[in-house]
Amino acid sequence: MKQYRTLILIFIIVVISIFLVWPNNPGIHFAGINHDIKTALGLDLVGGVQVLLEADVPEGTEITAQDMTGAINVVENRVNALGVSEAVVQKAGDRRIVVELPGVEDPDKAVQTIGTTALLEFVDFSSVSQTEVPQYVGQKIATDYLAGGEGTSPLPTPTTSQVTGTITSTTVISPELKTWNTIMIGDDIENVAVQVGNVGEYMVAFQLTPEGTKKFADFTSANVGKPLAIVLDKTVISAPVINEAITQGQGVITGNFTSDEANRLAIQLRSGSLPVPLREVLTRKIGPTLGQDSLQKSLVAGLIGATLVIMFMLLYYRLPGAVADIAVIIYALITFGLYRFIPVTLTLPGIAGFLLSTGSALDANILMFERTREELRNGRSLRQAIDQGWQRAWPSIRDSNVATLITCAILWFFGSISGTTIIKGFSLTLAIGVTVSVFTAIVITRTLLSLVVTYLKPTDYRKWFGI
Amino acid sequence: MKINIIGKRYIFFIFSLIIIVPGLILLAINGLPLSIDFTSGSYLEVKFESGNPPPPAEVIRLYQDTFNAKDVQVKTTEDGSLIVRSAFLRGLSEGSIITALEQRFNDKITLVRSDAIDPVIGKEVAYRALAAVGIAAVMVILYIFFAFRGLSHAFRYGICAIIAMLHDVLILVSLGVIGGILFNWQVDALFLTAVLTVIGFSVQDKIVVFDRIRENSQVYRRLSFETLVNHSIVQTLQRSINTQLMTVEFMLLALALFGGIALREFAVILLVGLLSGTYSSIFIAASSLVVWENHEWKTWFHRGSKEAVA
Repeated sequence: MKQYRTLILIFIIVVISIFLVWPNNPGIHFAGINHDIKTALGLDLVGGVQVLLEADVPEGTEITAQDMTGAINVVENRVNALGVSEAVVQKAGDRRIVVELPGVEDPDKAVQTIGTTALLEFVDFSSVSQTEVPQYVGQKIATDYLAGGEGTSPLPTPTTSQVTGTITSTTVISPELKTWNTIMIGDDIENVAVQVGNVGEYMVAFQLTPEGTKKFADFTSANVGKPLAIVLDKTVISAPVINEAITQGQGVITGNFTSDEANRLAIQLRSGSLPVPLREVLTRKIGPTLGQDSLQKSLVAGLIGATLVIMFMLLYYRLPGAVADIAVIIYALITFGLYRFIPVTLTLPGIAGFLLSTGSALDANILMFERTREELRNGRSLRQAIDQGWQRAWPSIRDSNVATLITCAILWFFGSISGTTIIKGFSLTLAIGVTVSVFTAIVITRTLLSLVVTYLKPTDYRKWFGI
Repeated sequence: MKINIIGKRYIFFIFSLIIIVPGLILLAINGLPLSIDFTSGSYLEVKFESGNPPPPAEVIRLYQDTFNAKDVQVKTTEDGSLIVRSAFLRGLSEGSIITALEQRFNDKITLVRSDAIDPVIGKEVAYRALAAVGIAAVMVILYIFFAFRGLSHAFRYGICAIIAMLHDVLILVSLGVIGGILFNWQVDALFLTAVLTVIGFSVQDKIVVFDRIRENSQVYRRLSFETLVNHSIVQTLQRSINTQLMTVEFMLLALALFGGIALREFAVILLVGLLSGTYSSIFIAASSLVVWENHEWKTWFHRGSKEAVA
């Protein structure tokens, strides 16, 4: 019988769902698949930081998708260096990046590290001879500047490669062993421009801030003829030689640059390793206490609400009510299992979305039962009434849920472009819930109900159906 | 068949207006209490370890003197937190504000929540929110038109659903304005989410009622449209009550009562919104269909007493 096959299917789905919602689930790790299964909690529940970064370029300037992708990569690298699990870095619209760091300890430091701090340093290379310089270019070094409090831990290599020289030597140098002295950082640079010299050579001219001017004047006066390293995210990108003391805060970097190389160096000097400079346009920080309180309370509230609903269904609809209760519990298992599998980040509105889709799941059942009861009152046999009730209720279940899914899609779109992850989370949980609710109503309630009726053969069905 | 709802439709129209009109008048006077999600600015909520936040006037002075802040508003809550709203403080992190507060008031402070929203974002969110509601409405009209294409005047169903949906939105706007005056509510991104949810469920509810009209119109071909609609409403009444009042409202009531402060406002808005959604399915959407079918507006200006409804 077809129903038994459906029953087996339901059984398998329930087993999988129980596996998925099992606490401390080990995840799926075999045959090259690595997928953790866990409840991802949003910022509003565990606390943390959300930052919206916008490309800081004049109005009307075009930003290529490539630049944004590059910027996202750099931000991602910096976020990874912070060691926050469950961090999210996503594009929001054409010129924005949304970063979420749940559970981060020191929000201020985190924000500084990811968005605004250009990790560009000018490093004292006076102890390096000019012939050794090429060996260092492209290498990671340790410096004494504590960027973002991360100490000397090396940050991942930036996406841009070295500007001058290539390493041909096979000598193994261990630059990590030495900690180099940082003279000044990117913040001290006020302006950068590419210039073309007398013989058509490309150079990068820079203008320093008053503070930078002083630092640079002191250092260059003492080290004429020696190299100075330009270090980006702890990687040496260039090491020009100081030709003369720079006391006025203006200088040029020469080298056998091509036009592209000079431009790239200029951009790096201007914005660190970011292909486009970024600025914070939205910063949201939530302390850990607010979230935990809300999470516990909403769970309790959810349980109270669910108990009331289960009791109501049982008292009002009796036998089918009991079947609906089972179906809705299975519905909750599947939905929560999916949230953990995908994973969907649960936020407070997300939990509300879940509770509301539970309402939708119940609505599908109620629509069916009301129609079944009507058919029974019209004198149909039990089996006919169940079949008819289902067929008559289906168009309204279908159309109403499709309308909700349309709204969810628009909400999702709205949340994506504006970087409002709270709204995105809500629409996703609601959409998943609504979809699963239709499935449980048409597959689970219907199958279970007709099996129960087949086996119990309720003679006094009017009583069983609460008519 | 015995309950005559449609026959009393103007009573229900007036009832809705009694709720909406005062809200709209307050809206015209006070404006919507928009949060910085839409207006931009800085928001800081902190807890003082001693449990005694300093007097608001001193915090305002600190903000003005030290940070050059404009439009500073300070509020203290009964559980010892301090809430400060101000215009957007560019380049100033909440960490440095907390340090300044700690030094000035000699207390240990923990962060509850902080937001800093640049003016460029605020405007955009407000604009996109309106766009989202508009697009959602158009999509829903189109879908209903498609789903009811077999009926005569199928587009009327879509339009009447949207009229009823607007009714629900207006109820929520009134609630927002009144909540803002009485409980210092803020219309924020969460409020917007609630409104959009109500729209979704409101339409879902209308479709259930319309679906019954669609089905009945094929069975009872001889009934007048008015009787047909009334019959359909009565048939779906039990489901409306059971789904909306018993199940959804149970959940939301539990959330509103036990769900913690962060969710309370959200739950109350949804509760009222969904209640309004069920109400408007029966008393606004279906009734509007009848008004349209009978072209009743032609008689509005001849009956005097019902002019207010127009």
